[in-house]
Amino acid sequence: MAYKTIVEDNIDILVAGAGLGGTGAAFEARYWGQNKKIIVAEKANIDRSGAVAQGLYAINCYMGTRFGENNPEDHVRYARIDLMGMVREDLLFDMARHVDSAVHQFEEWGLPIMRDLQKGSYLREGRWQIMIHGESYKPIVAEAAKKSADKVYNRVCITHLLMDEAKENRVAGAVGFNVRTGDYHVFKSKTVICGAGGASNLFKPRSVGEGAGRVWYAPWSSGSAYALMINAGAKMTQMENRIVLARFKDGYGPVGAYFLHLKAYTQNAYGDEYESKWFPGLQEMVGKEYLDPELSHATHRPIPTCLRNHAIIHEVNAGRGPIHMVTMHSFQDPHLEEIGWHNFLGMTVGQAVLWAATDVDPKNENPELTTSEPYVMGSHATGCGAWCSGPADISPPEYQWGYNRMMSVEGLFGAGDAVGGTPHAFSSGSFTEGRIAAKSACQYIDDGKAEGIRVSEATIAKLKEEVFRPMEHYKVHRNDIVAGEVNPNYHNPRQNLDRLQKLMDEYCGGVTVNYMTNDKLLSIGLKKLKIMEEDLQKIAAKDLHELLRAWEVKHRHRTSECVMQHTLFRKETRWPGYYYRGDALKLDDKNWHVLTVSRRDPQTGKYTMEKAPLYHLVDVDKAAAAE
Amino acid sequence: MPTFVYMTRCDGCGHCVDICPSDIMHIDTTYRRAYNIEPNMCWECYSCVKACPQNAIDVRGYADFAPLGHSVRVVRDEEKGVIAWRIKFRNGKKDMSLLAPITTKPWGTCIPQLANVAGPSQEQRNSQLLYNEPKYIRMDDGGLHTLESNGLVMKEGVYY
Repeated sequence: MAYKTIVEDNIDILVAGAGLGGTGAAFEARYWGQNKKIIVAEKANIDRSGAVAQGLYAINCYMGTRFGENNPEDHVRYARIDLMGMVREDLLFDMARHVDSAVHQFEEWGLPIMRDLQKGSYLREGRWQIMIHGESYKPIVAEAAKKSADKVYNRVCITHLLMDEAKENRVAGAVGFNVRTGDYHVFKSKTVICGAGGASNLFKPRSVGEGAGRVWYAPWSSGSAYALMINAGAKMTQMENRIVLARFKDGYGPVGAYFLHLKAYTQNAYGDEYESKWFPGLQEMVGKEYLDPELSHATHRPIPTCLRNHAIIHEVNAGRGPIHMVTMHSFQDPHLEEIGWHNFLGMTVGQAVLWAATDVDPKNENPELTTSEPYVMGSHATGCGAWCSGPADISPPEYQWGYNRMMSVEGLFGAGDAVGGTPHAFSSGSFTEGRIAAKSACQYIDDGKAEGIRVSEATIAKLKEEVFRPMEHYKVHRNDIVAGEVNPNYHNPRQNLDRLQKLMDEYCGGVTVNYMTNDKLLSIGLKKLKIMEEDLQKIAAKDLHELLRAWEVKHRHRTSECVMQHTLFRKETRWPGYYYRGDALKLDDKNWHVLTVSRRDPQTGKYTMEKAPLYHLVDVDKAAAAE
Repeated sequence: MPTFVYMTRCDGCGHCVDICPSDIMHIDTTYRRAYNIEPNMCWECYSCVKACPQNAIDVRGYADFAPLGHSVRVVRDEEKGVIAWRIKFRNGKKDMSLLAPITTKPWGTCIPQLANVAGPSQEQRNSQLLYNEPKYIRMDDGGLHTLESNGLVMKEGVYY
């Protein structure tokens, strides 16, 4: 195939994927590296890319220390209980102590943040959330990234990270292709900050046909953050920790503002409160440390998100569905009603479209809720991602190897979904992590750690062949058949995606099996994924758009494999309501109060699994008392 | 589906092609106008709708669950810094107009060019501080939180 090769050489910092994490990285890198060469590669258009492309109506992570509201450790404790203990508290504390400075800059840049006119502080939706008019959140942060970067390559999809041939386990840049021109892009870079996205569409969605696009997380979030790093041999953590969302049915519109600000609540189809009756059984599964309704009531400690899902799932299975959100009271207030609609228009327009189509006026009826298919990501109420080094002044030795937010591959940094064990970062926290990673990447270069990087022409040529193989394969075999999409020598990208989703759903705990799996199912699933990997070598793309989809499904496949390996490894049910291990239905703190860490050997494709210790933030006096 | 394009309004300018995060707005080679090539990968994010200078793009709710006969239209104005929505129900009983700000500053003017600000000192480089910190954390003279300042330690084990 006669596509041009375009080499961008001598890059200091390559930002691979520019959502909130990537834009934060590109912006900040210019301050610490004023003479450094900063390049951004983004598969869409940076002005509307990533999970915030559509906008947001809230910033879900803001401490408000300025207004005397919260300290970083308060947020860590909140994320810890929400994730049933399994978080990297060093990284979370670090993100939380910086996040407010990002938000204050957003306001200065023109992001409209609502104010509480009585208190003078930002208008709170909940303890951690502040309300914004964020339709242009992404274009605003994109502007900041564009000002800092030497060049932004829009429509360049990164397919592989480049590894250094002079020193083992060191990154050397990335390659990819331009979705419009087909040019093959080679980025030789001293560091890479992975800002690529988490994964929607790994599991069969509830919707069929057209509605498959109405996923909770953006359909363009193809798990590239994970696949790029796994393929480079980076260690991953907590990849079993997929998330299931309780959202408005079909439209998956956000519920946060409804619960927190509009004081809506849920009930079953017959108008009864249902949640509490599932708590005694749940408490037996997870223990009182994790579910203590009385304590939660007294201290406002949240009930973990997964456990609330569990109650919905079981109430529906008991035949008392659907679950409704009770909106009819609060929507009588015209001001609150307007907020309810703005909330959708600001971040999930599709939900407004659906209610307009079905004449659902939440003033006159209580809308239905449902639990979604699972998603794999690392910045919402879940912490999938790479195993990263933490900050020198906080992290214990097991969590620290020199540079903050550097992966187990030298020179490879990450932010947002890429970083593991850091849930509840959301948009502002992801941007903050990008800033932290950028400063570290500059330090790494200044310390001379990136000297003598070598990438051979042979490697570049080999990867080019691999990148365009789906188009070659199509050309060779297209004319084996008369017409249509049924070909004995290849599958197209959509056929592969359907196969992956069905497999993940049935073997790894999707919606059609009520989020249930076990060791046997997972072992079968892994075998099937292996065979699918062989067939992915024969994926066919008839044009550049399909080539993009081909690489997305390849990235989703690799992510899925890692999810399956981690789910098999953790022999307990840590997050009932996210998924269940039928062969180990209880939470097991004796054996599994640990973070799971995996590494896939890039040569053999074999996974090595290990347990990493969990450190918690403890008050100094309590720690002394325990000694 | 997602988005569709009115034949008589589209002039084939390609703004939607340029902005679509999912790469699904393409120009039809026969009609020289844009259309949605992959509705089941459309998020109804409205990026293309907002970008269209001809107001030629609209959304018809996903066929697998949304009945026909509704409308959610939008006009986004960067100069004025506002976005205007109109929602019409299928049964005609609700017709709402909603207006929201999208920015509080003239577009792009208040974001610093970091290549031109004074660079960091060695002391800042060696610290945990980011650009504009510590000032921007609390907008006062307070410092960065550390384990020590907050009376904390990290301890292995089960603690809640």
